[in-house]
Amino acid sequence: MDIKLQNLTKRFPGRRRGGSGEVTAVSDLSLQIQDGTLVGLLGPSGCGKTTTLNMICGLEKPTSGRIFFGEEDVTDLPPEVRGVGMVFQNYALYPHLTVLQNILFPLENLKGAARPSREEMRRRAGEAAALVQIESLRDRRPRELSGGQQQRVAIARALVKMPRVLLLDEPLSNLDARLRLQTREEICKIQKKTGITTIFVTHDQEEAMSISDCIAVMKEGVLMQQGHPQRVYDDPSNLFVARFLGTPPINVFEAEIRGQVLYLLGQPVMGAPGVPDQPVWVGVRPEGFTPKEDGPVTCDLDRVEALGRDVSIVCTHPACAAGTVRAIVSSAREINTDCSKMRFGLQPDKVFLFHRDSGARIPFCPVS
Amino acid sequence: MNMDNSKKAWLYLLPSLILLGAFLLYPLLDVFVYSLEEGFNFASQTYLGVGGYNYLYVLHDPYFLQALKNTFILVLITVPVSTCLALLISVALSSVGALRQLYQTIYFLPYVTNTLAVGLVFMVLFQKTEYTDGMVNLLIQWFGGEGVDFINGPYWAKMFVLCFYTVWVVMPFKILVLTSALASVNQDYYRAARVDGTSRLRTFTRITLPMIAPMLVYLVITGFIGAFKAYSDAVALFGTDLNAAGMNTIVGYVYDMLYGDSGGYPSYASAAAMVLFVIVLTITCINLLVSRRQFRG
Ligand SMILES: Nc1ncnc2c1ncn2[C@@H]1O[C@H](COP(=O)(O)OP(=O)(O)O)[C@@H](O)[C@H]1O
Ligand SMILES: [Mg+2]
Repeated sequence: MDIKLQNLTKRFPGRRRGGSGEVTAVSDLSLQIQDGTLVGLLGPSGCGKTTTLNMICGLEKPTSGRIFFGEEDVTDLPPEVRGVGMVFQNYALYPHLTVLQNILFPLENLKGAARPSREEMRRRAGEAAALVQIESLRDRRPRELSGGQQQRVAIARALVKMPRVLLLDEPLSNLDARLRLQTREEICKIQKKTGITTIFVTHDQEEAMSISDCIAVMKEGVLMQQGHPQRVYDDPSNLFVARFLGTPPINVFEAEIRGQVLYLLGQPVMGAPGVPDQPVWVGVRPEGFTPKEDGPVTCDLDRVEALGRDVSIVCTHPACAAGTVRAIVSSAREINTDCSKMRFGLQPDKVFLFHRDSGARIPFCPVS
Repeated sequence: MNMDNSKKAWLYLLPSLILLGAFLLYPLLDVFVYSLEEGFNFASQTYLGVGGYNYLYVLHDPYFLQALKNTFILVLITVPVSTCLALLISVALSSVGALRQLYQTIYFLPYVTNTLAVGLVFMVLFQKTEYTDGMVNLLIQWFGGEGVDFINGPYWAKMFVLCFYTVWVVMPFKILVLTSALASVNQDYYRAARVDGTSRLRTFTRITLPMIAPMLVYLVITGFIGAFKAYSDAVALFGTDLNAAGMNTIVGYVYDMLYGDSGGYPSYASAAAMVLFVIVLTITCINLLVSRRQFRG
């Protein structure tokens, strides 16, 4: 099922009289989601991800804008006829029902011709349970399950109605690190197997990057960028997106363009043909640094961390906004830890320029 | 280690256990002993013999049987009615958005009002005197019905007023407890139910009720106990000579046997009190058993 969000806006009325203190949770969001894909909705806490999901499933009514499932305008439809399955952040499993009863619950709500026979219900519940591998837990109650198991039950309950769209709100945030890794693979696998268009919300960029076919990055209710994870990483449209994606995060320096040359603390770094003179932010991915005897960027070496396959070089640079600079280089390379200074060259495709005020990307073809 | 801990626990509990023993267990035992002593006399502290005579007397006393019947009718009517009404009102209260605080305050007002004052108001509303038929009767007549004296009239009318009054008095507390129980149910359950297309009735019976069941059980049990111990309500409506009015309750009977005009019989009073104790104990145990089975099933 293709999903199209058209200029979605959601404003919550302010607590105070007269509507002051109104909150705009989602602002003019337009997004196209292809049938059968897994989309990661990504952004910091409070940026409107849950609100967006609630509007898609029908729990919240948009202030303005339209939502389409395929050709069908579902904006004014109540949730139960939209054909969505939702997994809530805290799972919202009914504590007094067993696992099986929880999974059966949505089916038992069906009325008339849509209502399957008792055996059919049990068969479908069994199928859903098998899909998430919880058949052996069917007679337990939610409080007798671990976080990961509860998560699977919640997914089974959302899938049992065979929804057109599956929505997951921070499905991994309540799990420990190891389980998170395993569960995200499983969500990806289940999605591929069922082919259901899936939107999953997360504030963890690594999670979103690793399993999504497409990510959408939001900030304060506004969609910043959308696309294939690698494309967005390699071609961020603004400083926020560049900063939000990637671990370790991108290194940002205060810099200046003078006479079509990029200067870092008065030191020419690389040519920037066609870019007018102005103060800029320059972002360099950690893997964009190459240790080089006569490189243009000189840092004070702090320490070197071995990560196994790679080595992380931590140093400081006076123009760096965050204070510390992190460079990742392959561990095959010899690093002289005795010197206090470290000189780097920059890989042009890992360097991005942004407007100093707006943070918008400044396109340029670097010349070393 | 474990042993130490449990010893410590007993030590911490000791003060309250001593108090409980002195003010609860000892009187209970004492009453039990009194109830077995035939013709006990407070002044001389003497008695004629030991046996079940007091129980036989009490169980054959028409006043006691009347009080027993009244109490049972009161309990069986007011507990279900007040609990169901309170549940309805609480559900309605939690679904209104605006003015909710105001409604909550209004419903809670009777709780902070003196019960005797409320009783007086009820009496004025329901009584039929030579000067006026009373507000309620005027209303009944306005609708074309026939007036009846609810305070000094037929038994069913008096019972109706007593039940009405009791429900009125116990409801605010139940509403308070149930509105907070409803408010503490996580909204995500309702959101999940909505996404799954659960009807309102099914949401109520399959989600809301099980979630607030512990509070309902608590209200039913305390409601039963409270109604079995009713006394002041009847006095507020019908005066102190409840036997004459035919509206006595078990606790009222105990009181009359001790201090009333026909009083001075601590042995009979004790026997009646023991009967009440056994009844309340039995009902509470049944309540607990039933609710426990409900939770499992
Ligand atoms: N029901 C509501 N009433 C008022 N404000 C809300 C409501 N729900 C969310 N908000 C506000 O909308 C913004 C976005 O919230 P949310 O969508 O929950 O963010 P996220 O899920 O990305 O953390 C927040 O500033 C939050 O305070
Ligand atoms: Mg959220």
